[in-house]
Order: sequence, then structure tokens, then C-alpha cells
Amino acid sequence: MREIQYQAIVDEVSDMCKRANYDLGDDVYSAFKKALSAEKSETGKEVLTQLIENADIAKTERVPMCQDTGTAVFIVELGQDCHVTGGSLVDAINEGVAKGYDEGYLRNSMIYNPLNRKNTGNNTPAIVHLELVEGDELTLHMTAKGGGAENMSAMKMLKPSDGIEGAKDYILSIVKVAGPNACPPLVVGIGIGGNFERCTYLAKKSLFRPVGERHEDPAIAELEEELLNEINRLGIGPQGMGGSTTALDVKVEVESCHIAALPVAVNLNCHASRHQTTTMK
Amino acid sequence: MQKKITLPLTDADIDSLKAGDRVLLSGTVFTARDAAHKRMIEQEKEGIPFPIDVEGQVIYYTGPTPAKPGEVIGSAGPTTSGRMDLYTPRLLEKGLKGMIGKGYRNEEVKAAIKQHRAVYFGAVGGAAALIARSIKSVEVIAYEDLGTEAIRKLTIENFPVFVVNDAHGGDIYQEGVAQFRQEQ
Repeated sequence: MREIQYQAIVDEVSDMCKRANYDLGDDVYSAFKKALSAEKSETGKEVLTQLIENADIAKTERVPMCQDTGTAVFIVELGQDCHVTGGSLVDAINEGVAKGYDEGYLRNSMIYNPLNRKNTGNNTPAIVHLELVEGDELTLHMTAKGGGAENMSAMKMLKPSDGIEGAKDYILSIVKVAGPNACPPLVVGIGIGGNFERCTYLAKKSLFRPVGERHEDPAIAELEEELLNEINRLGIGPQGMGGSTTALDVKVEVESCHIAALPVAVNLNCHASRHQTTTMK
Repeated sequence: MQKKITLPLTDADIDSLKAGDRVLLSGTVFTARDAAHKRMIEQEKEGIPFPIDVEGQVIYYTGPTPAKPGEVIGSAGPTTSGRMDLYTPRLLEKGLKGMIGKGYRNEEVKAAIKQHRAVYFGAVGGAAALIARSIKSVEVIAYEDLGTEAIRKLTIENFPVFVVNDAHGGDIYQEGVAQFRQEQ
């Protein structure tokens, strides 16, 4: 049984929040460069140039790349032979978020209640998804998820007879409706299967995979490529002003479901696809 | 082709701007987003005037990050404008001449932009660190209790925007996308 101290998690989470907001991942940065060389619209090229410059400034000056420093979302893989001592895991994550957002001069965007809309003042609570895994390690995957793209995300319970064509039409319709609001070029996360709540989780989880990395199942990898191509033919372009880069990538996760069901969830991510992963041993 | 415009916007400026134009703005803008708009419009209904005179002015929809010590402002990119659509026609009626944000406006706002001869600019969503460099001074003007959503007066210099909706009915979101859409 491995023991991990509460405070070590607090400090690690705090650093992850800062790094996520200041340091755009190499995967996304490379995707910007690739998109710039392929983009056909002059306006689109100007937008991509600004995004590259913006990422450089954020990294060098240690400031957030976007003023929406997001909801802190965690997927935690907790080894079943790992024990957190000195407090609870979720408390440690929340304390780490509060510390990181304060020390990092990150914006607090969380409110207590969607109806009274009072800010909690420290960007907590984080959204924490816990997965119990084999082994004795604790792996934290974190994203700072922006509100603009999240607002344009959607989920629908399709009919089995709608099939893959129905799913594709639905996915394209969501990207079309989102247009400039979701801050394209997007990373489009898709969940297919599971049930009502599992499906949206799959869509979110898919976004944690690095941009440019295909699914290990060749059939799903092919679907990702196909959707990416079709989304980029929509012409929405960088910031929705027209162009050939509407999405940097499409991610798909598929799971078993009920014989009556075909759930499809589309979780849009803006170009600021901010992720951090750390394993505590 | 990049235009340089000094605020406040003149009628001639507004007339010359076309959807898709790249513009560098300098001068004064006011920040306001969801909570500030809601309060302004609700208080006005109770007879309390707006805390800023919007006539001839430009509003920037942003909720900046806290400024680091020694800095004027934190990162300050545009937020999604559509959430302000409910309130915007009234502000345009009161003489507001420009908005800076990102994303679609509804038909009512687009009609009001045309009717009151105004312009809707789009800044690049997410380019918040880059944009912050063009903000030279910041002063909280009203609703300090709203924190990041308080109304601030910004002095800007060469702030990069695109014209999204012009006073003639032009819309870069429609025109630009139509140009690049490949039939499915």
C-alpha cells in the first residue's frame, strides 16, 4: 500500500492549474502551426498568427492565455493500492485549485448556485471524476475548461435506426450551430454509447487525449479522420469568420449501451485546449 | 488591409467600416459583461440612470483575470457576445456606437446595429494575453462588487479587432463562411 500525503496533492494540483493556463501544450501549438500553413483564408491566417503569438506571450510572461481560466476538471485514476493520508482526495484537489488560482492570478469563474450566481471566490468546486484502477499510483489529469465552448456543447439520445449517419449529421449540426461562439478552431470531443450521463463523460474524457493522436481502434480512428474532414468542409474557419480550419482535431470514445439506445454527446473545446497530467508515486 | 481608428467613433468611421475589415482601435472603451448589463437595464427600469453615459461609446465584453503586481490588467480577451443580446438594443437606442466581443448576435441586435448606425467588432477569442498588451490603463467605474464583471474604463492603443456586423447589414460570419463552405 502506497501512501500519498494530502499536502503533496494540494501542491501538485496548484502547479497544474498554473501550468495549464500559461503553457499551451506542444500538441496544440504544433496544430496551430500546421493549420497556419494549410489555412486558405487571409482572415483565418491572421487569427492563427494571433493565437500563436498569444501562446508565446502567455508562456514567456507566465500569464493566462485566455481570461476564461475555466472550470477545473479532473479525471483521477486512483490505484486501489494507494491511500491518501491527512485528508480526503477531493478536499486536496479543491484546496489545490483554490491555491493555484489565487497564486497564479487566474480568474475565479465558479458560482455557488446557477440561480443566485454568487461567485465562490476561489474557482472551486472542481469537477472531479474518479476512476479506480489497478496498482498503487495516483494519476491526475486536469483541464481548465472554458465556458464559451462548453455552452455550445450538446447531447442527444438518438434512435438505433439513426445509425452512424444519424450520429454524424447530429455532430455536424452542433458544430455548425456553435460557429464562432465556441472559439474555433475547435477540438471536438464525442461520446457515443454508454447511457445518458456516461455518454457526456465519454465526450469530455476524449478531449484529454493529445491533439493529433488517433484512437487506438482503427475503426474509431477512421471515424475521427472522417469527421475532422467533414467539419473542416463547413467553412466556419478560425473564429468563425470563414476558412478551412474549423477544427484542429476530433476525438471519439465509444462504449457499450442498451439495445434501445444510441446516445451521442458533443463536448466542444475551444482552441485553448488546456491539459496537464501528473502521476504521483 | 488594416485600418486605424481613434475612438470615439465618428459617423464617417462607422460608414466606412465593412464586415471583414481588420482594425486597430485606440482610445477609450468600457468593459461590461453579463451581470453588469443585467444590473444596468434592471436599474434603468426602476428609474436609476446607467452608471456610464453610453452615448458615442464602445463597450468591450470581457472579464479580465486579476492583474499581477506591477501590471495594468491581467489577460483580457472577449467573451461570447450573444449572452448580452437581450440588453444590447436598449443600449444602442441610448446611443452606444460599438461593441467588442466574439460570436453571433441575434437578428434583433443586428437590426438595431443597422438602425442606430453602430458597429460590432470581434476580437480573437482566447488571444487574451496578446490583447492585454494593447490596454494601457484601467479604472473601475461602477459595480465594483461584481469583481471581474465590474464596469471598467480602459485606455487602449492599437487593440486588434475585425468588423463582424457593420452599419450596412454586412456580417462576416455569414459572408466568410459562405465563401469557404464546401457543399457536403
